[in-house]
Amino acid sequence: MDSPIARVDNVRKQYLMGTVMVEALRGLSVDFYAGEYITIMGPSGCGKSTLLNILGCLDRPTSGQYVLGGEDVSTLDDDQLSTIRGTRIGFVFQSYNLIQQLNVLENIEVPLYYQGRPQHESRAIARQLARRVGLDDRMEHKPFELSGGQQQRVAVARALANDPLIILADEPTGNLDSTSGSDILGVFDELNRQGKTLIMVTHSDEVSERAGRVIRLRDGRVERDERRN
Amino acid sequence: MNGETSRKSRIPWQHLIVDVERVRRTMQLGLKSLWLHRLRSLLTGLGIVFGVCSVIAMLAIGEGLSYEAQEQIRRMGSNNIIIRSVKPPEDRSSSAERTRVIEYGLTYADVERIKLTIPTVEVVIPSRIIRSDVWNGTNRIDCDIIGTVPSYPEMRNHHVAMGRFFTEEELEENLNVCVLGDGMAEKLFPLDSPLDGIVRIEGDYYKVIGTMEPESERSSMGSPDSNPAAAGPARNATGAPYEMYIPLTAAKSRFGEMLVQRSSGSFSAERVELHEVTIKVGQIDDVVETWHIIADLLTANHKKTDYEIIVPLDLLRQAERTKRIFNIVLGAIAAISLLVGGIGIMNIMLATVTERTREIGIRRALGAKRKDIVLQFLIETVLLSASGGLIGVALGLAIPFFITQFAELQTKVTLWSPLLAFSISAMVGVVFGIYPAMRAANMDPVEALRHE
Repeated sequence: MDSPIARVDNVRKQYLMGTVMVEALRGLSVDFYAGEYITIMGPSGCGKSTLLNILGCLDRPTSGQYVLGGEDVSTLDDDQLSTIRGTRIGFVFQSYNLIQQLNVLENIEVPLYYQGRPQHESRAIARQLARRVGLDDRMEHKPFELSGGQQQRVAVARALANDPLIILADEPTGNLDSTSGSDILGVFDELNRQGKTLIMVTHSDEVSERAGRVIRLRDGRVERDERRN
Repeated sequence: MNGETSRKSRIPWQHLIVDVERVRRTMQLGLKSLWLHRLRSLLTGLGIVFGVCSVIAMLAIGEGLSYEAQEQIRRMGSNNIIIRSVKPPEDRSSSAERTRVIEYGLTYADVERIKLTIPTVEVVIPSRIIRSDVWNGTNRIDCDIIGTVPSYPEMRNHHVAMGRFFTEEELEENLNVCVLGDGMAEKLFPLDSPLDGIVRIEGDYYKVIGTMEPESERSSMGSPDSNPAAAGPARNATGAPYEMYIPLTAAKSRFGEMLVQRSSGSFSAERVELHEVTIKVGQIDDVVETWHIIADLLTANHKKTDYEIIVPLDLLRQAERTKRIFNIVLGAIAAISLLVGGIGIMNIMLATVTERTREIGIRRALGAKRKDIVLQFLIETVLLSASGGLIGVALGLAIPFFITQFAELQTKVTLWSPLLAFSISAMVGVVFGIYPAMRAANMDPVEALRHE
């Protein structure tokens, strides 16, 4: 295989919870390769969310290294991290996290807006992505006018807007019924077939079965890392 | 999280340089979100609205009042010094000495002394003022008859409306000619032209040779004025609604220097040579010095203080001082009301930031830098306060207009007052918006995303 698209090397993350120092990640190392479909699983408190935050550049490791697309991002400052988030990472959250006062197209445009893309350009990209996730007839709707499944599709479209290196999904089907859940998973399968790198945190074995690689965490370390095919 | 501390202490000030396009789009976004909470925005901006509107309205009223006062003083001539005879206070209420003749006031000798000894004095205009009834047939008018010299109107910036003022010859020849003050012609000659008409004062007849333009100076002297000095006992014969002019010589010979007043069995008499002397000083810079010399000169030659000296220039300076104080007080009130308005805005913006924590988290996750978040909330606050300022300016311009229309009070809106008020309201947005905006920007994205 080629060099990894994202490499987490001996990462530790400690933070203060009240007066207690919690060690969420204890020297975790893992490599991710382009085009992989990975699910991260594990009991609550195992460090899944912390890992995802670090992978998404929302948080920095206390020690260790995180290299994304060949660049060591563990030492970047806040503004630089923002730029990385805006250009290389797509987020899909459990609770969709759409901005309520913006319509579908405007929500999809948000990452492009912060990259300073001109409006006519970003509008065109947003339309194209809305069509791609099957929301042709909902482009002007506000999030509250959409079903959960539709909202999550908007979120997926938004995650694709900046053509990221990796897409991070935090239990994307957690708030959805099984029909719209498998619907969304279908979209992810499709994206992966098109070569997108997906990293998904999930509780569900059913969901993780679709992935080509399952990483299980326990106590802030990788417990098991298996590839299927 | 301990990794955060170093990051949080960084202030995004230095990154506040942004491009125009982004500001424009952020403004659109801000307007959208203000419009989403219309009522809240309106109520929040109300403090600024009232602050700005009251500043402009109060400034317009103050400006109008002081403008009027200053105009009146200016009309008296800023190069002039006016001396008036005043009945000395100790004699005023002496009912015991009913028959005594009270002698006081300025004399022809005073005029000569001033003319001869003070080189800075250019012109000296003496005048006598006698209150009397003026008749034309059965039409009667109660008025002040001013005996003076031909250069009087020029000195007082008072213009002839019709006909002419009397001449040096008429003065020397002691002719019975008169010039009617504003409004008298209509009363005395309701049907035809007053020119060449004949009016009667006591036993003598005078030919009308001209009429004067309206002059608000006289009425103002008795009206409640912002200027304390100007509101004092203005003339010896006050209260008469009209005034007319006759040659000084005629006034002297027809009326004499003795004025006898009879009232319910008693009578009192006053002997006054001149009631008023107007002195024109050649250079405006010499006015104050000349004033002091005249004061010394009069003090030396009068036993009692039976005169008062009015210096329009001094009054003008006092009026300007008063206005400055007024403006300072107003400024303080305005500052307080804008401060209160600003605090109201800050309060709501802090609530808004908390309410929109999730949105902030989402935007940060999607690539917004701290400065983007600062800009978003700062622009929103400035838009709020500036639109409040705009409404306030509109109201503040409308109120003086209605006051002038309905209260007949003169107002004057100066150009700088709405400009100043508006820019201050925008400034208030910046000052009170910066803290909520920074608070929004310094949120930890992870925690903000978790916020419900």
